[in-house]
Amino acid sequence: MTPLSITSRTLAAALGGYGLGALSAMALAVTLPVARDQAVIIGIMLSFLLCSGAAIWAFSARSAWYAWAGILAPCLLLGGLYLWGRPA
Amino acid sequence: MKKSFRQSMAWLHTWAGLLLGWLLVAIFITGTSAYFREEITLWMQPELHDSTLQPDTVDKALAALNAKAPDARSWDISLPGPRHTAAELRWQPAKQPENEGRRRGEQMLMDADSGEIVSPRATRGGNFLYRFHFELYGIDRLWARLLVCLATLFMLIAIISGVITHKKIFKDFFTFRPGKGQRSWLDAHNATAVLALPYHFMITYSGLLLFMTLIMPWGIDAAYQGDRRAFFSEVFSRGEDAARPGAPEAMVAIGPLIEQTETRFGKPVTRIQISNPNRDNAQITLRVNRDPAVTDRQRGGDPTQVFLGNTGELIDTHIPANDPVSPGWRIYNFFTSVHMARFADPLTRWLFFLFGVAGCAMTITGMLLWVSKRTQQLRRDQQPDRALKMVNGLNMASITGLMLAIAAYFLANRLLPVTLEARESREIQVFFLAWLVSLVHGLLRPHRQGWVEQVGAATVLWFAVPIINMLTTESHLFSALAWQHPAIASFDLVCLILAGLGGYTLWRLQRKPVPAKPRRARPPRAANTSTTGQTPAGETQ
Repeated sequence: MTPLSITSRTLAAALGGYGLGALSAMALAVTLPVARDQAVIIGIMLSFLLCSGAAIWAFSARSAWYAWAGILAPCLLLGGLYLWGRPA
Repeated sequence: MKKSFRQSMAWLHTWAGLLLGWLLVAIFITGTSAYFREEITLWMQPELHDSTLQPDTVDKALAALNAKAPDARSWDISLPGPRHTAAELRWQPAKQPENEGRRRGEQMLMDADSGEIVSPRATRGGNFLYRFHFELYGIDRLWARLLVCLATLFMLIAIISGVITHKKIFKDFFTFRPGKGQRSWLDAHNATAVLALPYHFMITYSGLLLFMTLIMPWGIDAAYQGDRRAFFSEVFSRGEDAARPGAPEAMVAIGPLIEQTETRFGKPVTRIQISNPNRDNAQITLRVNRDPAVTDRQRGGDPTQVFLGNTGELIDTHIPANDPVSPGWRIYNFFTSVHMARFADPLTRWLFFLFGVAGCAMTITGMLLWVSKRTQQLRRDQQPDRALKMVNGLNMASITGLMLAIAAYFLANRLLPVTLEARESREIQVFFLAWLVSLVHGLLRPHRQGWVEQVGAATVLWFAVPIINMLTTESHLFSALAWQHPAIASFDLVCLILAGLGGYTLWRLQRKPVPAKPRRARPPRAANTSTTGQTPAGETQ
């Protein structure tokens, strides 16, 4: 791996991974069909696993571009889910 | 695809591990000690050792509170148990300082036999090590916690990527090739990691959950439109004190109430809380210890009876086991209560302690492996470069350095004068001074002989703890007092075991010096004798 690729992947893992985790926590908190305190805790519990999964993906993807794409695509999806389920 | 998935995971595991490994070693060692933080605090306050629960302890505690704070807003008495010998009396003063964010209240300790208020030597006790494991010391609490969370997240990633790296995870587990330098460290790293893998995952993941409101509050904000307080009051509702103090009125005798509660639950009362004491709206809350349970709610989880203070009428009986807990919270409670092991009886606590030790061993062997691997890759005539020496020196400081600093902390507790000004800070200064000395030493002597010296120093210090204890207190291994509360004697025994382990390590280090160049920077038993051993499945880079 070149230094540039490592830097890019590290950023994807750290920023993208955290963003993915945060968006999953938000989306699940407002869309899961259970009491809202439960939806919140389930979202948080899954978010940490998603952060880790995203970091692993960032370093195993074929290229740094794939690493970013594989993280940003689900981020968009979760962001949309949050906007759709957000309380008025 | 240039690299295989496993190779890139091994790369990630190696470098993520190195980057925060030192911090993780410190978190694991101090965190493992935290399973016994109350016992450590007890040991560090020998003035309290000769105190045992008596039938009239409650009356004496109430008398002491009546003398000290008759018009307090609330009283709170914790009776002695197996983990602490003195009665803890707390109260909320009638007038609250407005600017304090959290209402801590006042506190004093009472000898359970004599009813005298005792003031033991000032020490942070086991709480210093406990707090260090999640907020370090001397730096801003928020940043320290974020740093620890970052290390925790790295470890979670290291665990997951480590599992992926080890396709033959169970085969590796049963592979141990002692005395073969790098291979031995690799096998030990694998064995300790796999052996306690569920524990490692639990402790890391739950560590993040415990700080969820700090590092992942966005779900709460999303569902509660930014009103985090609403979330907390929905989830962790705690009874608020009655706001208005009533008119003065005497309270009934507490003896019959205690008898009633103990008959109802079949257990001794361990905690007595009285709101608005000596008023007509006084309420007496009696708690017994709950049954060990890991998934029910953590807070307010004890079986409780509430009585009116002026008439003694029973107004509420609360059995928390009957509370419904939703599945999501059950999972959360499972992880967080297993992390803190507050529910654990002594045997379970020892088991957790041993798992913690396995965690220390895993992080430590991982760090040693990193250096060992690179030392072996050197050619015969090649000297380790500065970076490798520095890693080796930092390894020393983080492993042997922290161990000897903790021993120095305990020794300072016994040797510093009891009346010393700011004594509790002095103990902590001794801790950091010892650690600093080891860091400087490690960076100056980053080779085998340096390790020998540091392990030797740690061994001497740990052996000295029970000896100095014997010379300075009445509760040592050869006294009945220490065995009256097994926690106190066990503390000395653990010190001796640690000294023994240090001695054994020293013997191994001395026994097999590197034959050709004894001055070369090589970690313990780094001589490469293995040419036939097959490459294990999950060799890291």
